[in-house]
Parts: sequence; structure tokens; C-alpha cells
Amino acid sequence: MSVRRLAPPEVQPAEFVFTPENAAWASQQIAKYPEGRQASAVIPLLWRAQAQAGGWLPQRAIEHVAGILGMNYIRVLEIATFYTMFALEPVGRFFVQLCGTTHCMVCGAHDLREALRGFVGPERTVSADGNFSWLEVECLGACCNAPMVQINDDYYEDLTPEILINLLKDLAAGRPVKPGPQQGRHAAEPAGGKLTSLTDPSLYDGSVVGAWRARFAQKD
Amino acid sequence: MLSDKDRIFTNVYGLQPASLQAAQRRGAWDGTKFLLEMGRDWIIDEMKKSNLRGRGGAGFPTGLKWSFMPKQTGDRPHYLVINGDESEPGTCKDREILRHDPHLLIEGAMIASFAMGAHAAYIYIRGEFIAEREALQRAVDEAYAARLIGPDNTHGYPFDFYVHHGAGAYICGEETALLESLEGKKGMPRLKPPFPANMGLYGCPTTVNNVESIAVAGTILRRGADWFNGIGRPNNVGTKLFGISGHVGTPCVVEESMGIPFRELIERHGGGVRGGWDNLLGIIPGGASCPIIPAHLCDDLIMDFDGCRAATSSFGTAGVLVMDKSTDVIRAIARLSYFFKHESCGQCTPCREGTGWMWRVINRMAEGRAQKREIDMLLDVTKQIEGHTICALGDAAAWPIQGLIRHFRPEIEKRIDQYAANPHIDPVPVAAE
Repeated sequence: MSVRRLAPPEVQPAEFVFTPENAAWASQQIAKYPEGRQASAVIPLLWRAQAQAGGWLPQRAIEHVAGILGMNYIRVLEIATFYTMFALEPVGRFFVQLCGTTHCMVCGAHDLREALRGFVGPERTVSADGNFSWLEVECLGACCNAPMVQINDDYYEDLTPEILINLLKDLAAGRPVKPGPQQGRHAAEPAGGKLTSLTDPSLYDGSVVGAWRARFAQKD
Repeated sequence: MLSDKDRIFTNVYGLQPASLQAAQRRGAWDGTKFLLEMGRDWIIDEMKKSNLRGRGGAGFPTGLKWSFMPKQTGDRPHYLVINGDESEPGTCKDREILRHDPHLLIEGAMIASFAMGAHAAYIYIRGEFIAEREALQRAVDEAYAARLIGPDNTHGYPFDFYVHHGAGAYICGEETALLESLEGKKGMPRLKPPFPANMGLYGCPTTVNNVESIAVAGTILRRGADWFNGIGRPNNVGTKLFGISGHVGTPCVVEESMGIPFRELIERHGGGVRGGWDNLLGIIPGGASCPIIPAHLCDDLIMDFDGCRAATSSFGTAGVLVMDKSTDVIRAIARLSYFFKHESCGQCTPCREGTGWMWRVINRMAEGRAQKREIDMLLDVTKQIEGHTICALGDAAAWPIQGLIRHFRPEIEKRIDQYAANPHIDPVPVAAE
């Protein structure tokens, strides 16, 4: 378990209300669940509230979501503190989440951590220009593209410290960056462009459609 | 080696479009109506005969699980819940299905729901997979627009598919914790029984299946149980998405037949161990909770449920971590211990207190700052955590440490000796041997 508390009162905004678009979106989400089960939408709604509040979840937002869903404040506060993707304190404009679990660690996540310490500063501290903050998190589920980070919504994979720092510089300067693997791979295929499977072109020319029906024709 | 014609996920690398039209050319949604017309009993029977074992780690037979649902729908609706909370370190296979082959999943969900009398399926995707969630939502919208699914669809069976997501909690991959989370609560596992097939989502009969188990259903039914059953070894049949990560030439996700020898898997698809086969230190075969397998057992290791069990580990989700001799294996396992400490939900005392306790001790051992008698004490504590918690997270936290002590005890003792000979405030630099 990790201890997670709300940010101190002095950084909490005085008010939070969903924008009309987000309020409409929230009603759509609630409609996905059966009558009387609107509490199911609490994670999506908190998530949207976090996005609207600039990447972190203030107390007023938690109260607002509780009000919409008709839940007790304590129940929603439980959710906000239990699930670690809800940031309870302000984060940088680009929030870097570094995967530090063993699979990324053996592939060099330590070096990325040192690079982040050098470039951004200590963990969980927003840089002076407000651009960056970073956090070491647990497995992000891109182990075949290790080491990797998540910056806001996007994964950046196959990193080295140099690539990561250049990436952060590009982001800060507003230059376009490409999410995904950074060393020429498309996704999780073997590096180097030489596939070891799925090289048969007949898989993709439509000839597989209907080919299986012979099995049923024979039986009849 | 599995031939390309026998692979189910033909777009696992995303080199082809993920759109409905392209998926249909690859064989998805092909004759779904025909399969549904064969009837519920035929579908469940065929799934049972295929001997598909669940792909989420535990390996429970999928057809059998489906047959546990009540035959008649009473006053409580039935639900299918798909577990896409792929958070096990080393596992990154469902991600490729979600973003590159989503239509196989949606089709499989329709078939499975039909077989179980469910008219709604929820998929719970881990919160971090934002792009994957959007990709799946696009595919769902396409399927609704083409009237393949929806209240009034061309298959004549009303079916809704909803995408739900979490917000970063490993424990929500446990099926009852996932249901709690889906109901809008903290993800704390429930006691079983009652099992989800009786009291699941919203107190209604529910089946929870892994993404891969559901996504293969359509192809198995089309090509037949005999085809699937003929791949691999008895009791460990079919094809499987393997993930290869760590110290290999070309880490990748690849679909292979169950029962492929480990060495062939790594050398054919993974580009071999970095520095050659003799440079292998050990592997973690299927996610963080599987005990480490040292190099000398890897020579003849067969990658399936029984093969990994024979090597005193488990197959899990088949996300293999390869570690070469440059790895500090104690630190590697200590980092896993931190992972479990971080992800424990805090409900059961042995796990809540024990995971932190084990992490602190193993962390000292990684520095060498420990006594040799503490190794046995640590082993004893893992045995007290294992099996004494509601869900398997306590077990999962205990096993990697047990595996480490079983196979690398001399390494830990050496570290302790090194520290005792040279006590130092900072961790002892380990000689690069």
C-alpha cells in the first residue's frame, strides 16, 4: 500500500465545476451502466475531472463528482486515494511517469531516473517553469519495449537517457514528438525490421474468409 | 514452429490497419451468425473440446468456466466481463490485441455472451492504456455502425459492449476486485464463494475472462476444436501470445504454439540471449509472481503450464523476462517485492504487513546488510503469507522470494559475507564478474 493524502489547503482551488461539455460527457458515461448503478462511473468521472483541473485532482473536484453520482464524499475520497493514477497534488504541464519495475529496471530504467533527476529535479517536484514533474510508477505494461515512460497520455518506448532528454526538450519547446517506440520500431515486433512470423501474404489478401466452411460442409 | 496459417492474431504488430474492413479481410466477423445459429450448447461443447485454458495466468479451462453460468436467465441479467487490466510485470500481450486486433475481441465477446445468455459485456482496461482504450472504442463504434452489435443487430441477438477503465491498481486484475472496481468501489477482492457465476457484477451471474481467452473464441469455433487441440502437448494446447523482454537481441510479442522449447522461442524470435546462451543467468517465465528459473533448468525448459511447473515455477501469462549474467538478481527480486508492497490493497493483514516486511528484509539482503539466519526467517515468513490471504496477491508476493532463495541462496550469502568484510554506509559495489 502507499500512503496518499490530499494536497495541503493552500494549493487547493476554491471551486470546481464541470464545464458544460464535460457535464454532458459525464451523463453519457453514467448511461453505460444499469439504472441505480451510476456509482460505476466514478473512475471515468474523476478521470475527466482530473483532466479538467490540469492533471491533478483537487478536493473540490472529488466533492463535485460525489454530488453528481449521489455518492457519499468519503466513498469517492476512498476511490481517489486508492487508485494511484489520480494525482492528488499539482503536476507539471508534462507529467512523466517512469516505469521502474524489474522488467524496465534490468533494461536501464535506473539511467532514465538519473537523467530525470538531472533534467527535471527531485521526484514529485514541479520544475521551476512549471513544465515538468516526474514520478516512478509500477509496471506500465509495455515490457517488450522497455525501458519506457508515460508522458501525460502517451507512451514513449525503447528509450535511452539521451532520447528521453531530447524528447523533454522538444516537448518544452512545443516541437512535435512521436509517441510510441523511439528507435524505429512500429510496435512490439522484433527490432531491425525482419519479422520472424506473419510473413505469409495470403493472410491479408482475403483468402482466409470462408475457407473454414469446408469443415461444416463435410459433416453434413 | 507454428505456421503463419495457424496464427490467430494476424495483426499483432499493427502493420495492417485495425479497421473493421481490414479485420474482416483477415477473417474476423466471418460467419458469426452461422456460429451463433449452431446454438449455445454446441459453442460451449466445442470450447470444452478445444481444451483452451484461460490465458490470464491461472489456466482454468475456458469452456468449463462458461458452463458454470446458469442455463436459464432468471430475473437477474447475466454479464460477461472481460479482464483487460493487464498489469502483471512482463505481460504486454493484451495491449497488442486491444490496439491492433480489437474486432477479434468484440466478436469473441458477442459469441461468449450468446453462449452464456448475457446481453451486455463490459471490458475493464487498465487506466494507463489510454491509446488502447481509444482504439478499442473506435472499433466498438465501427461495429455498432455496421450493426454487428447493438440492441438491433444483424445477428439477431441483442448485445451491448461497453468499454470501462481503471485508474492504476494492479489488484483490479483479480476477478472479484475487478468487479468491485467496476461497481465503483475500491478494488478489494471478495471472498469466494459465492463465485461470480452466481453473484458477480451487481450481484448477477457473471463470467470474467481474460482478453486473449475471449479473442481466440471466434477462430477456434470456425476452425474447430480439433485444430486447436492438435497444437501443442496434451493438457497444454493451442497457440499463445508470448512476450519476450529483458536481455535479448530483439524483444517482441509473438504468437507461438504452446509447448515450444524455451531455447527455440528465444533464439528464433527473441534474437538470442545477449552475449550468447551461456551468458544466461535465469528467467522469470510468466510475470512477476512466477518464481525465477535458473539457467541450468532453461536448457530443456518447455514453455507451457506443465513444463514450467516441472521447473518449479509457473507459466502465468507467458511474458518471459530474460536476465543475463550482468543482472543483480537479488536487486531484481527486491524490486518485485517493492512492486507487491506498492500494489497490496491492504485488506488482509498478512499481505498488507508482510509485503512491506519482506521488501525491507530483501532490500537489506541486496546490500548484504543482513544475517545469514535471516534467510531462513524470510523463507518462513513467505510461507506464512502464502495461502493466508483472500486473493492470490499474497502468494504472488511470496513466490519470487521463495524462488530466489531456492536457487540463489549462495549469492545472498556471498553478498552478506562481502558486506561483513567491508561494512560501509553505502551499498557495497558488486564486482562485475
